[in-house]
Amino acid sequence: MIDFGFSISKSSHIQMDDVDLKLFNKLETLCPDIKTCMACGLCTATCTAGNFTDVSFRQIILMLQRGKEKEALQKVKKCMMCGKCLLVCSRGINTRNILLSITRIYNEAQNI
Amino acid sequence: MRPTFDPFVLPFVIGTTFVLMYCFIGMIRIIWQLPKKDRRKFGLSLITPKTLWKNIKDLFGDCLFHVKIWKRKPLIGYMHSAIAFGWFMIIIVGHFETVAFSPLRGVEMPFMQKLMSNLYLPIFFRYFAIEGLTLKAQIFSFLMDFFLLMIISGIVIAVVKKKRPRKVGMKRVTKFGIKEDLVRIALWTIFPLRFLAESSVAGFAGGSFLTKFLGFDLLFGGNYNETLSMVLWWLYSIDLAIFMFVLPFTRYMHIPAEALLILLRNAGLKTTAPRKGYALAEIYSCPSCGLCIDVCPMSEYKNDYKKTAVYFMRNIRRKNKREVRKMTEICLMCGKCVEVCPLGIESLNIKMAQRANISYRMKSDFGYLERLRDYETTSQQVIVSKSKSKSESESKSESKIVYFAGCMSHLTPKITRSMVKIFEEAKENYEFLDKNGSICCGRPMMLTGKVNEAKSLIEKNTELIKSSGAKRLVLSCPICYKVFKEEYHLEGIEILHHTQYINELIENDKIHVDRSDKRYVYHDPCELGRAFKVYDEPRNIIDNIGLLTRGKSDKDMSVCCGGSIGSITMTIEERDEITTNSIKDLMHNNPEEIVTACPLCQKTFARKSPIAVKDIAEIVVENLEDE
Repeated sequence: MIDFGFSISKSSHIQMDDVDLKLFNKLETLCPDIKTCMACGLCTATCTAGNFTDVSFRQIILMLQRGKEKEALQKVKKCMMCGKCLLVCSRGINTRNILLSITRIYNEAQNI
Repeated sequence: MRPTFDPFVLPFVIGTTFVLMYCFIGMIRIIWQLPKKDRRKFGLSLITPKTLWKNIKDLFGDCLFHVKIWKRKPLIGYMHSAIAFGWFMIIIVGHFETVAFSPLRGVEMPFMQKLMSNLYLPIFFRYFAIEGLTLKAQIFSFLMDFFLLMIISGIVIAVVKKKRPRKVGMKRVTKFGIKEDLVRIALWTIFPLRFLAESSVAGFAGGSFLTKFLGFDLLFGGNYNETLSMVLWWLYSIDLAIFMFVLPFTRYMHIPAEALLILLRNAGLKTTAPRKGYALAEIYSCPSCGLCIDVCPMSEYKNDYKKTAVYFMRNIRRKNKREVRKMTEICLMCGKCVEVCPLGIESLNIKMAQRANISYRMKSDFGYLERLRDYETTSQQVIVSKSKSKSESESKSESKIVYFAGCMSHLTPKITRSMVKIFEEAKENYEFLDKNGSICCGRPMMLTGKVNEAKSLIEKNTELIKSSGAKRLVLSCPICYKVFKEEYHLEGIEILHHTQYINELIENDKIHVDRSDKRYVYHDPCELGRAFKVYDEPRNIIDNIGLLTRGKSDKDMSVCCGGSIGSITMTIEERDEITTNSIKDLMHNNPEEIVTACPLCQKTFARKSPIAVKDIAEIVVENLEDE
């Protein structure tokens, strides 16, 4: 194959039929306020850690809904728990509790 | 001459021996559980004259006179001190009386009985001794009657408090189960029974205004009935025994535990484990008085006061792990319960220790903090190049100030802008450390119980602040202020909250403000007020700007704004309810503006308040004198 110095990027297509949302549903029952998230991104815009790195609460939720658990958990690790997202959330979602619940539920399942 | 022993004393003697043994073993256990360093500290404190004196003062002041309750609720204070001090005096005077009129002098008796008689004689003195009518005897019997009356008056208030809490200034009281009811009834009946028993023999055994005249002459009509008298003495002894046997398993365990807690506290110990050592002494010391119920901001939501400190302590005592965890996670950590606690139980420290024990399985990764160095130096370079020459900035470094706004202040740019304006107005040599964003101070991380993760943030910030070379650090956020004061090691750098700093500027005539007739009310942020008693500085500033009105409760009783990041699980509905209540409290005297000194409080209030909510720095800038 001729090397053009670039290639076609890997497909980011997600087959939702293959995604196991059991853990996410568990998270939803534990923190029902997560259902009200409308991905407005206020949390991401204000995030203290997001200023330096790629952590984003909105993305974490989206990734979990799409089954990209590993990537989401990588992001959670960088959170400093400062609570700015909690204060700005337009839906009044208890973001800090959700982040802590995510690590508990997902890491428990993988036994980390 | 009456006998020196009667079987009716046995229940009392057995009960008392049981309680003494139980408390002794418990005490050894608690001291054993202390870390080695603390145990040494405790031992030393017992022989240091200064702490020894403080111990004596506190044992009397807190255990017997309940000085702290008197200050808040005089009637309840009287109730507690009447029962505690009265009972103590009856026992002490009883001992003196026994020594003075001992019917045992010269009486031969077996060793065991001699030992036992030390316990029961002072308590059942009237049954065994006939004092006669000498002056000495009359003084003693007057004292005994006086203190008995004192206790009974206390018990009358206790009954009223149980039936109608509002009459003694309490909205809500703690609810109890059957065991606690039993022990309470036992306690309440001890003294009326003592009165009746002593009255029944007062005709010949002696007595004063209460037992002789009211009891023997009026109630018993001046007749001595041997059977009735015996029944009363038996009842009195059994009642005491019931109280003693149930005591270790109920809230009355606080009577002995409190004494130990005072000694441990004066030795300078702190909670280190969630249910061991010092924490265990605190857990047993909680008398379930419920003074923390009315002050807890959480108890306003749907009148559900089962999350308050008193229930937390109870659940932790019963090892009810699920409930303990729920209560630990929901607490706002505002610290009002600690402030009102007459025993000074630091339930927040226990909660923090509990939180450290909860595993969230969160593995933090702050590797990106390394890259922060480059980021910060670029932002610093901008500031350095702004100041004219390098030598000038170095000569000024003695008076240099570093300003750390913190995460929350970046949500309220009005505050940071106002602070910059104030620095410039005062012509200070300052550096805005986190102008382009900062890392968190570490307090929120600590509040989730992750001390090690918080430490890495603290280290990073310490490095940044030290490299600035400033001698003073000004903070805008009380959350930061608390952790900077408690956990950071910034030797040689003075840590100030901006209220303290601005107050200093005004007092030193570095900035000038205009005075208007505007009515302000000041809200004390929990982490500035209750934690560090910064009450006067913000009030001084407002006094210079306008009229300071008071909310319904302020200073150490200020109500949490509801936004506290201390709580992990609280929902927005509960938070809103607390915010609304807090605002209602502040609106008590119809102010025109609410002033606070915390960006978190400011932002939380602003969502619900009918009037403007401003930070103290904002109103200072608004009222700066035109030059």
